[in-house]
Amino acid sequence: MSLERDPKTGWLTTGHEWNGLTELNTPLPRLVSLFLALAVLFSVGCWVLMPAWPVGTTYTKGLLGLDDRTELTESVKQATTDRTTWTDQIATRSFAEIEAEPRVMTAVRQTGPVLFGDNCAACHGRDAKGGKGFPDLRTTSWLWGGSPEAIAETIRVGINSAHPESRNSQMPAFGRDQILQRTDIENVVAYVLSLSDPKEKPVVGNAEAGKAVFTANCVVCHGSEAKGTADVGAPNLTDSFWMYGGDGTSIYNTVWGGRQGHMPTWESRLSPVDRKILALYLVDLGKLRP
Amino acid sequence: MAMITQLTKSERQLAIGVLLLIACIGLAFAGAGKDDPLAVHGFLIVASAILGIFAVISGYFAPEPGEDRFGSYYDTPSKVGLLIAMGWAAFGFFIGDWVAWQLAYPSLNFDAGWTSFGRLRPVHTTSVLFGFGGNALIATSFYVMQRTSRARLPDQLSPLFVLFGYNLFCLLAVTGYMMGVTQSKEYAEPEWYADIWLVIVWVTYFVVYLRTLARRKEPHIYVANWYYMAFILVMAMLHIVNNLAVPISFGSAKSYSLFSGVQDAMTQWWYGHNAVAFFLTAGFLGMMYYFMPKRAGRPLYSYRMSIISFWGITFLYMWVGSHHLHWTALPQWVQTLGMTFSIILLVPSWTAAANALLTLNGAWHKVREDATLRFMMVAAVFYGLTTFEGSFMAIRSVNSLSHYTDWTIGHVHAGALGWVAMITFGSIYACIPWLWKRETMYSPRLVEVHFWLALAGAVVYVLAMWNSGIIQGLMWRTYNASGTLAYSFVESLVAMHPYYIARASGGLLFLIGALVGCYNVWMTVRAPRPAEEGLVGDVPEPTATGQSGQQPAE
Repeated sequence: MSLERDPKTGWLTTGHEWNGLTELNTPLPRLVSLFLALAVLFSVGCWVLMPAWPVGTTYTKGLLGLDDRTELTESVKQATTDRTTWTDQIATRSFAEIEAEPRVMTAVRQTGPVLFGDNCAACHGRDAKGGKGFPDLRTTSWLWGGSPEAIAETIRVGINSAHPESRNSQMPAFGRDQILQRTDIENVVAYVLSLSDPKEKPVVGNAEAGKAVFTANCVVCHGSEAKGTADVGAPNLTDSFWMYGGDGTSIYNTVWGGRQGHMPTWESRLSPVDRKILALYLVDLGKLRP
Repeated sequence: MAMITQLTKSERQLAIGVLLLIACIGLAFAGAGKDDPLAVHGFLIVASAILGIFAVISGYFAPEPGEDRFGSYYDTPSKVGLLIAMGWAAFGFFIGDWVAWQLAYPSLNFDAGWTSFGRLRPVHTTSVLFGFGGNALIATSFYVMQRTSRARLPDQLSPLFVLFGYNLFCLLAVTGYMMGVTQSKEYAEPEWYADIWLVIVWVTYFVVYLRTLARRKEPHIYVANWYYMAFILVMAMLHIVNNLAVPISFGSAKSYSLFSGVQDAMTQWWYGHNAVAFFLTAGFLGMMYYFMPKRAGRPLYSYRMSIISFWGITFLYMWVGSHHLHWTALPQWVQTLGMTFSIILLVPSWTAAANALLTLNGAWHKVREDATLRFMMVAAVFYGLTTFEGSFMAIRSVNSLSHYTDWTIGHVHAGALGWVAMITFGSIYACIPWLWKRETMYSPRLVEVHFWLALAGAVVYVLAMWNSGIIQGLMWRTYNASGTLAYSFVESLVAMHPYYIARASGGLLFLIGALVGCYNVWMTVRAPRPAEEGLVGDVPEPTATGQSGQQPAE
């Protein structure tokens, strides 16, 4: 318990000692007091200007009269008004009219990718290429029609969704439900393979025999030329687009187990304008296809 | 079973009694829980208690410690605590790095429930904050308290109860998360039964502390103890209030919070930010105020600065939790208060950091040569950096950019890796040779290796998250000429990817450093015991000169 002078700093110790530890009685640097005063002053300024202290059941409103809620409401309103220069046109005009309006299409091309990325990319991929079970949207072979109107309707009601007007697509399980024999399926798979790629030589199955099976079972939906029917979402089987794979095994699995793909309805999640933007964006995307 | 032979006969009996009681409670949970995760925890509690009973019995008939025990400090809880802390560090850092890689490559969760990000993330945070940090705090607080009070801990059993009880809490917490047990409050995830258990442990901790303090032979209480006391007292208060909840039944792990909506959010962040303040700041400042001047062999720079920073930190932190809820449903006036107090808070925080760094004046040559002291110096620098960043991010306009982005993660890790972990490693490397009466660590060179790995890891981590966070924040608020958002959320994720890889790599360096540390600590502890000299004076009696002979040996 003795005051000692630290030779390094020149300050006295406080005279206390703990297991060899001492502390100097160095005065508080002016800078600390200065910054403390500045910080408090700044804070008092904030309290005077902005909502700050509770008073009973209310609070001090501040001289600037700032209010987050009002500011937010107004800035949202302002942004919406600014966008009406083009959103109004999308809302009121037909697709053909919009497509002929370059200024509106610029907005579609700016807004579409973000809407797509936030809502559709989870299944269809960021590049809209799709994947197994999720169709490639840069296609020329649309299941439910490729006009902007048809695409907008698909987005609105979804496929096999909970929407009362949902598009319904049911490919029966010809094998599992014992509608067809195994050999019939093998034959029809061979036939279907030959439609898109005549050079393909299937390992099993007879394409000739398969044609008869096809006529008896498949033309109702896929059409006599197997070019598909947009009304029931039956795909064109003669082109190179395949949702579940176009090799023999994949087609066999499709015929055996059936397919009931699902797309949610977006009617309650996206505004009519947003859905129209998406439809236009997808049509636009198809046009850009090499 | 040296741990048991240090207990008196009556303490051994009491220990068995307490453990039996715990086993009974565990059995009751196991029965009441049936198919609930509570039953699994019941069995875990029973198993822990039985393990404890076996340990006590194995040393039960050993001779009692003599009265001469009062002539030395009771360091067993500190020794065990530091070793456990290193274990939690290795585990917690591993889990942390694993989830960091999961963010870059999500399939690394291998499609199991318990390995999913949502469950492993709290395993990481609890393991590092409470497992590593908490055990280090308990261990060093016992060590520092005894020496700065020149008083032995009041008894042999209660410190062990605190240490092992606390680790049982940590164990219940992390195993619970993996089973999906959580009350979804950040840093307060454990459910009601674990929370109640922690209250019992924590109150015991506080009582042990007060009893030691009451027995002190020094008239004044050293700064480090102010901080340790604030840490224990305020954590008790925060923990109890934030965890007020009603279990849906005594046979279920699930409970519902007493608060709801914005009140719940405010209570949670009052807790959350004060956990940062009183656990991650005050507690570790306590560590710094003892081990740094001790290791440097310098007097603390300014007693007066200590006072300003202590009362500034304890008073101001209480107000700032609302800055976690800027631009939310929380009333604007609460946000203004949170922001302004956060700004004032920078002054005492920097005063504490400056006090630490100025203490090193006259010892900078040691900082250059001694990696242990350098750990502590860098910790003080990171402390200053992080508190500046924290006050900055608490400004509402800054927060509108930084909130919900990786910038927050970077900020937290600048504090956690740079400040908390560094000061802890520095203190552990100082304390381990003193506790085990060794000249130095097994390998001072490996301490050096650990230092550079930890520093590189922390810097890579923080830089990656700053970049990632600011890019993220800007992408989320960029509009195109049409007045709609320019980027989809997925695009911001794609932009994050390289930074996630960098972050995980930084974390890996930090993990490797900690493993090197574990090895070094283990080898030091296992090294043959040298003659007990050079440590005279490390006993409760003040030496004649008033100067302890205990000096850092390196």
